[in-house]
Amino acid sequence: MAVVLVKERYQSKVGEVVIGATSEQGGTRTSVVKVGGDGTLPFLHFEGKMENRPVIAMEVTDIVPAWNNIIKDQIGDVISNPAAWAKKCVEEFNADLIYLKLIGANPEGENRSAEQCTQVVKDVLAAVGVPVVVVGCDDPEKDNEVLAAIAEAASGENLLIGLAEQDNYKSLAAAAMVHKHNLIARSPLDINICKQLNILISEMGLPLNRIVIDPMIGGLGYGIEYAYSIMERARLGSLANDKMLSMPMICTVGYEANRAKEANVSIDEYPGWGEQEDRATLWETLTATALLQTGASILCMRNPAAVKLVRENIADLMEKDA
Amino acid sequence: MIIIGERINGMFKDIGEGLRNKDPKPLQHWALKQEEGGAHYLDVNSGPAVPSHERPEAYEWMVKIIQEVSELPLCLDSTNYDAIEAGLKLVKRPALINSVPAERAKIERVFSMAVTYNAALIGLTMDNVGIPKDAENRVAFAMELVAAADEFGLPMEDLFLDPLIMPCNVAQEHAPEVLESIRMIKTLANPAPKTVLGLSNVSQKSPDRHLINRTYLAMAMACGLDAAIMDANDDALVDVAATGQILLNKSIYADSYLKVFRQR
Repeated sequence: MAVVLVKERYQSKVGEVVIGATSEQGGTRTSVVKVGGDGTLPFLHFEGKMENRPVIAMEVTDIVPAWNNIIKDQIGDVISNPAAWAKKCVEEFNADLIYLKLIGANPEGENRSAEQCTQVVKDVLAAVGVPVVVVGCDDPEKDNEVLAAIAEAASGENLLIGLAEQDNYKSLAAAAMVHKHNLIARSPLDINICKQLNILISEMGLPLNRIVIDPMIGGLGYGIEYAYSIMERARLGSLANDKMLSMPMICTVGYEANRAKEANVSIDEYPGWGEQEDRATLWETLTATALLQTGASILCMRNPAAVKLVRENIADLMEKDA
Repeated sequence: MIIIGERINGMFKDIGEGLRNKDPKPLQHWALKQEEGGAHYLDVNSGPAVPSHERPEAYEWMVKIIQEVSELPLCLDSTNYDAIEAGLKLVKRPALINSVPAERAKIERVFSMAVTYNAALIGLTMDNVGIPKDAENRVAFAMELVAAADEFGLPMEDLFLDPLIMPCNVAQEHAPEVLESIRMIKTLANPAPKTVLGLSNVSQKSPDRHLINRTYLAMAMACGLDAAIMDANDDALVDVAATGQILLNKSIYADSYLKVFRQR
């Protein structure tokens, strides 16, 4: 007797967000990226449609980052030139987007000006054709200043900018609204604050299809299961027609995975842990692939070798009859 | 929690007059006001304001003028099935039929009508003899209606069963029996049929109407109530519905949950 699959019927689907704009749409991108739109839990092709495949945004920073050599060696000399680095990510590592993090703006660090940061964004936009995500330096006051300038200078490009947080969302939401960009709404691993922040931003007038949720995550071994369950609740909420949780999700995989000791210590220090290169690559890969299963739409990644593995995993998962 | 606004009913003076004078204003006013209050459906009932033979035409008119101002789906409420059918032909969004008792002839007419017009249906746990006193007999009628849904091909999620609450100032013993009925009805099928109450009935002619409605709504929700035909403009009552959803973990908490619950 044939086994009949039990299928769940969902009332609604995840909202779809478009990032980037081509010349016909008022921007200069050669292609745009669509995320979200899914009508099922991740990759259950027999229950509903996975409208868009998850994408990988490779992280580029405006000043040379303090990353481990496993990653830095793969990136090479271009690490000191954001535009060339971004170009390499797209051309050699097949990045779907660039996740540009302006750590140089930090007042505690190099304290680069809004003008300097804007120039970096312009250089990156000129160097690549893919859509660009731009985030600040995690200093709310400085970020508001820098990102407002960038939003204006890149008007028409339909960037994804961030990070809007519960205590600091108004300036960024206004900048996204006025200059027509998408906004990342970040909440600290908290589904209730996540929903509330989306409500607050939408009350300001930014349409729901211009918001992307950054739920914050933990890397493998550092609370990933907590992130998983929160993202799962958000995804189930969106499928049950909770409009205020129905946005696609972006995950800072590279940042979290590479904070782990396991990605950074050598085999000499921990002989039982195996080669650092394999370990670091797998740490980021597995952080990414676990979160794909709970509904991540945009994976922000650093390690090119991990990007390659995750890209293959996404292709396999998107095959309907696999 | 599905809120069905009760106010467009010919029993109310302003609606009755609107019906008699073919004046759309009071009906349209209450359509908008109930939508603002938090209604998901608008109940539409001519009541005795229109003579029986004129009701099909009256329901056509009501559906037309309400849909001019509101996008909400309608709950067509009448014992005159020709009137309901006249309305069903004009609705823009799948309607809810209110209602059918557990009587064979009526079941045949109304269940097939619901399927034909892709409408949901409220079934009453009573027959031509009347409303049972206890939960067991209410549930026996509910079972007949569940079987009818199966027989006529109405999806179980589209069947709303109403165990019929009576005014507590004259028939107090019904209140706990109805709660028990709701609990039992939810176990009759998988997926379960939905449950609904004409909530305001519980407080008929009592000076503490609002308090009784609000309290009973919270109690019934805890037993599995899915929908209520109720006063959508009693803000505190709508707040009870919203809060009940949070405390039953049916929607995810956010500080602005009361406001979000009202957004359509």
